[in-house]
Amino acid sequence: MKTILEGSVAVAEAVRLCRPDMVCAYPITPQTHIVEELSRMVADGRLDAGYVLAESEFGAASIVLGGSAVGGRTYTATSSQGLLLMVEVIFNIAGLRLPVVMTCANRAVSAPINIWNDQQDAVSIRDSGWIQLFVEDNQEAVDTHIQAFKIAEELMIPVMVCMDGYVLTHTWEPVDIPGQEEVDRFLPPYRPADRLDPDDPFTMGSMVGPDAYMETRYNVHMDMMEARQVIKRVCEEYREAFGRGGTGVIDSYGMEGAEVVLVSMGSLLGTMRVAVDELREEEGLKVGLIKVRCFRPFPKDAIHDAVKETQTVGVIEKDISLGLEGTLCSELRAAFCGEDSPEISSFIMGLGGRDITVEEIKQVARDLAANPACRVEFRGLREELLKGDEG
Amino acid sequence: MMEREEGRIINLMEPGHTGCAGCGQAIGARLVIKAAGPRTIIANATGCLEVYTTTYPRTSWEVPWIHSLFENAAAVASGMEVTLKAMGRYEGVNIIAQAGDGGTADIGMGCISGMFERGHDILYVCYDNEGYMNTGYQRSSLTPPGARTTTSPPGRKTWGNVTRKKNMPLIAVAHGVPYVATATPAEPRDLMRKVQKALEIEGPKYLHLLVPCVPGWGIESHLSQEMARLATETFLFPLFEIENGVITKVKKVKDRRPVEDYLRPQKRFAHLFKPGGEPILEELRLMAEENSRLEPGPATLTGA
Repeated sequence: MKTILEGSVAVAEAVRLCRPDMVCAYPITPQTHIVEELSRMVADGRLDAGYVLAESEFGAASIVLGGSAVGGRTYTATSSQGLLLMVEVIFNIAGLRLPVVMTCANRAVSAPINIWNDQQDAVSIRDSGWIQLFVEDNQEAVDTHIQAFKIAEELMIPVMVCMDGYVLTHTWEPVDIPGQEEVDRFLPPYRPADRLDPDDPFTMGSMVGPDAYMETRYNVHMDMMEARQVIKRVCEEYREAFGRGGTGVIDSYGMEGAEVVLVSMGSLLGTMRVAVDELREEEGLKVGLIKVRCFRPFPKDAIHDAVKETQTVGVIEKDISLGLEGTLCSELRAAFCGEDSPEISSFIMGLGGRDITVEEIKQVARDLAANPACRVEFRGLREELLKGDEG
Repeated sequence: MMEREEGRIINLMEPGHTGCAGCGQAIGARLVIKAAGPRTIIANATGCLEVYTTTYPRTSWEVPWIHSLFENAAAVASGMEVTLKAMGRYEGVNIIAQAGDGGTADIGMGCISGMFERGHDILYVCYDNEGYMNTGYQRSSLTPPGARTTTSPPGRKTWGNVTRKKNMPLIAVAHGVPYVATATPAEPRDLMRKVQKALEIEGPKYLHLLVPCVPGWGIESHLSQEMARLATETFLFPLFEIENGVITKVKKVKDRRPVEDYLRPQKRFAHLFKPGGEPILEELRLMAEENSRLEPGPATLTGA
């Protein structure tokens, strides 16, 4: 049913439709509205699940780990410092092969403390063994959460759905919330091969020495590599069942004859689509877009194939690996390692919730068209606040 | 499963693990799970017990068992309990969270406090060997005054550890935990009775076991049980039960022994018997004296 909802409420509706056995929550801005809405559903009896109010995000991650280990479908949500506080457990959930689903309402990290949107939190834990799916709008957030449980449980790999804090979580948009019966048909009950059960005891999380540790990491890696196919397939199945549902691992826009290709993740893609249309219509500049929906596993081949005909690529991202460049940009460069690469530039924008305008995106494209040489640049800086009072 | 049906299980925590000979924790843990029985799920923190019972590809555990991290056994157990209840699979299942003194009183404090406060139906067992033994005996907040550890070494300016033991049982009581008890492997029947009693009570339960560590304490393997017994007989580790905030039972000691009988055989206290160690010995005597005055009644800060 199509209805106008706040992004967080829409996500809570999607999670409810997935029939979780247990939801665990710790409040953190801007994730809070999701778990508030879920707590209302539990209070009203709309959601029949265990609901735990944890003492910290570290506790919350540990609690969903325990719930998943006994065979339950479990869900939690976090942001920023909360995700960083969870990090030790995040790695553990993935290593134990527990299919937890979590929403990350993306937010800048301290210091200085800042509660507004960027994507530094999720990007910082890219190596933890979680699948990371970034969504562009609230409809995609709803659809991706339902897909996430299916992907996670098929692969026994946890999935993090990343949605830009405030920009999506606090924005009211029309969304189509599927019916329970449709979701039940799409998402079967979770039936793990192994779970902690007194009728069939086994040991989970044992100490593994140099003789076998590497093989466990290899196995996770290979399953992560395979996950790209599973993510695409689940997307197609979802599209068949619901008539929409995301774009697999990447999406493209305006790529016909594109001379400059811009790459990004999350809600910025909406703004970028407008910029592309205007550049093409008003300035005759052939600009295309690549949206990275799946950041981990990294869709290296898909991106490589999508931009290989282009000579000029600009990655616009709301994160930075301090001391190098934007992380997504590094990943893209790696996709061309050892062969002719387009010029790939890194543009750091929108950190800590700074607005990114259509005009700024257009200027990036114009600058790249004029001079494609590789560069790493911050855009949108306020020069008057920078240090350097040389006068 | 096969082995169970054929009745060949020796213990629910099987021998053949790589614990030290005489390990007080191994004896304690075997008694805990023996008392709890096969329909128990354990969430175990990182530490000696986890390492020596589950080195891949072997395991000593005949019950479902999980290790996640050093500090989150109580939270993992919380998640298990709530989820099993939500799935209708909780009936007849015991859940035990267990950790050493560091995993409980230091790094695990946040998660254990959350578990107590939320009132989960879980037995939490702290195996207190008074230091970080898995990493070579560093000081924890349950290391007693004067003890030599690798991070509280006696030197020209100090006499070993300078702090008193954090009072975990009373911290549990302060959370409103309905059943709190102490025990040692030297009194196996008392220990097992307390486990069984705890598991019959709905809500969070806290059991604090003193478990001698052979290499850490610097004792002979065959003295492990003797040390656990002496800890109680000197009143350095009194045995008691606290139900709903009231001390209901304190173990009587017929022949009270001087604290020196417990301290002198342990290398970690050897320096206290050199000239100048007397003030620390006096402090330990004072602690024993306070403990000896424990009696049934409201649990208060001194003594318990």
